[in-house]
Amino acid sequence: MTEIAETHPAPAPSLGTRLEVIPVMLFAAFAAAPLLATFSGAEGYVLSLLTRVMIFGIAAMALDLILGYGALVSFGHAAFLGLGGYAVGILASHGFEDALIQIPVALLASAAFAFVTGAISLRTKGVYFIMITLAFGQMVYFLATSLAPYGGDDGMTLASRSLIAGSGWLENDFTFYWFCLLCLFGAYALSRSIVASRFGRVLRGTRENAVRMEAIGFRPFRFQLAAYVISGMMAGLAGCLLANQAEFVSPSFMTWQRSGELIFMVVLGGLGSLHGAIIGAAAFLLLEEFLPEILHTVSFFLSEETRAHLAENWKMVFGPLLILVVLFVRGGIMGLLRRPHHG
Amino acid sequence: MAEPLLELRNLRKNYGALVVTDDVSLSVLPGELHAIIGPNGAGKTTLIHQISGMLPSNSGQILFSGEDITDLSMPQRVDRGLARSFQITSILPGFSALENVALAVQARSGSSFRFFGNAAQEKDLNGPAMECLGEVGLAARAHIPAGLLSHGEKRQLELAIGLATAPKLLLLDEPLAGTGHDESQRVVETLRRLKSRLTIMLIEHDMEAVFSLADRVSVLVYGRVIATDTPERIRANPDVRAAYLGEEEMV
Repeated sequence: MTEIAETHPAPAPSLGTRLEVIPVMLFAAFAAAPLLATFSGAEGYVLSLLTRVMIFGIAAMALDLILGYGALVSFGHAAFLGLGGYAVGILASHGFEDALIQIPVALLASAAFAFVTGAISLRTKGVYFIMITLAFGQMVYFLATSLAPYGGDDGMTLASRSLIAGSGWLENDFTFYWFCLLCLFGAYALSRSIVASRFGRVLRGTRENAVRMEAIGFRPFRFQLAAYVISGMMAGLAGCLLANQAEFVSPSFMTWQRSGELIFMVVLGGLGSLHGAIIGAAAFLLLEEFLPEILHTVSFFLSEETRAHLAENWKMVFGPLLILVVLFVRGGIMGLLRRPHHG
Repeated sequence: MAEPLLELRNLRKNYGALVVTDDVSLSVLPGELHAIIGPNGAGKTTLIHQISGMLPSNSGQILFSGEDITDLSMPQRVDRGLARSFQITSILPGFSALENVALAVQARSGSSFRFFGNAAQEKDLNGPAMECLGEVGLAARAHIPAGLLSHGEKRQLELAIGLATAPKLLLLDEPLAGTGHDESQRVVETLRRLKSRLTIMLIEHDMEAVFSLADRVSVLVYGRVIATDTPERIRANPDVRAAYLGEEEMV
C-alpha cells in the first residue's frame, strides 16, 4: 500500500478525475431522458417520475452534505421538505404565486428553522443528535397537521404551479423537468465546491477527529451549524419543487418515515460522494415504482396467484433488499461502481 | 529573570475526593524546555489537559504571556499561541499528512468560512505545511494518508501539526510514547532543533531524553510538584529519588 503511494506522489487528483465520469454520465442521462420520454409513449408518467427522482436527489444530497461529510445523522430532514412545500402552498393561497417570492421565503424559513434547531441539536452527539432532530421534525409535522386553514391533516391542493416572473412556464412538464434539472445541477455544483473548500475541509476534519480540530484552533460547532443551515436550505428548495411537482402539499411530506427514506437513499447510494446520494435516490424511487412488476416478471415459474401476491406485497422484498445492499456492498452503489478500478 | 511565558498558580483538579492536580504552581520561562516527569498516575496528562483547555480546573489560575486564560476554551488558547500534542496519537487518519498540517496552517490564516476554491490546492496553506513537515523529517511522506503512516511517523506528524499552528508554547504529551529506538532518536533530534526557537513543555517517561533535552525539570508526584530545578540537581534530589524508588531506575 505504502509502496504504491510512494510511486504516485499525488494520488488524490488522478482518483478524482477518474471518478468524475460518474456524475457526468448521471447528468447526461438526466438531460437525455426527456427525449427518450417522448418516444416511450408514456411521456407524462416518465417525466413526472424522473422529476421526482431529481427532487429527492436534491434532498438526499443535502443530507449527504452533513451526513457523509460531517457525520451528522439528521433524522428530521423531511421537515425541510415540508417547510419548502408549505411555503409554496401557504403563499400561493394568499395570492403570492411567483416562485421569485416563494423560493426565497422557503429558503429563509428553512435557514431560520435549521439555525435554531441546529444550534440546539448540535450541542448533543451521536444517538442524542439523531433523537433531537427527529423530535424537531415531528414538531413541524404536528404543527402542519394542526394548520386547519391550510388543510390540516388532509393537506392542500395548489391551484397551479408557481409562476416565474409572472409567466406560467412551469405548467409545462418539460419546462418543469428542465427547471428541476437546473436546480439539481446548481445544488450539486455548489455542494462540490463547498466540500473541497476551506470550509468543507474543516467539516470533514471534524468528522474524523473533533478534538484534534479544536486542538489546532477550530471551533467545530460553528462549521457544523453553517453546514446544517446550508443543508436545510437545499432540502427546503427540494420541498418547493416537490409541492410544484405534486401540485399538492400535505403533512405527509415530513413524516419521520420520509426522513428515514432520505437517510436510506444516502446510504444506499454511498455516503460522502454527493452524486452517490442522487443515484441512491434514483435507485430507491425506481425500485419502489418498478419492483412489483419486476417481481411479477422474475417469478414466472410460480403460479399466477402466488405471483400476484408477491407483486402486491413487494415491500416484503424491498426492505430486505435494501438491508442486503447496505450490509454487503460497502460504500453503497458508489462502492460498487468504484470497485473495478481498484483491481 | 524574564517574565514567565506560562505561569500556573495553585492549580487544582479533583474528581470528587480524588485529587488529581493538587495546588500546582510552576512557571515556564520563554525559550526554555521545561520537562515534567513523575511516576505513572502522577497527573501529568491531566495537567496538560488543564493547561490546553481540554479539562476545566477546579481552582487556581493559568497565566499565558501575562494574560489569565483559565476560563478560555481550547481554540481560544490556540489562537493565543498554545499548541499541544496528545499522548494517544490524535490525527485525521483519512487526510494526507500534508492535509493534516495544512489544516493547522489554515486555522491561523484567515477565515475558514470560504465556500469556494479548492483548499487542497492553496499554495499559501501547502507551502508552510510542507515546511513544517520538512522540519520533522516527513516531507517525503506528505501525500500518504496519515492513517497509513508508521506509529513513529504519526508521532512526528503530531509535532508538525503543533508547529503549524505557530505556537509560542508547545505542550508535548509523551512524544516518544511507543516509538522504537531509532524513531525516538529522530524525535529527540527534532526537539533539540526546535528548542532553540520555541518554548516547550515536555512530559516524557524516557529519562535519557528528558535529561539530555531539558533546561529545567519539574517532578510531579500524586498531583503535587515536589521539585523544580536543573536536570543535574533533580537527579541528586533525595525527595525525587524517594518518589521514584521502586518505580523506575533513575538515570
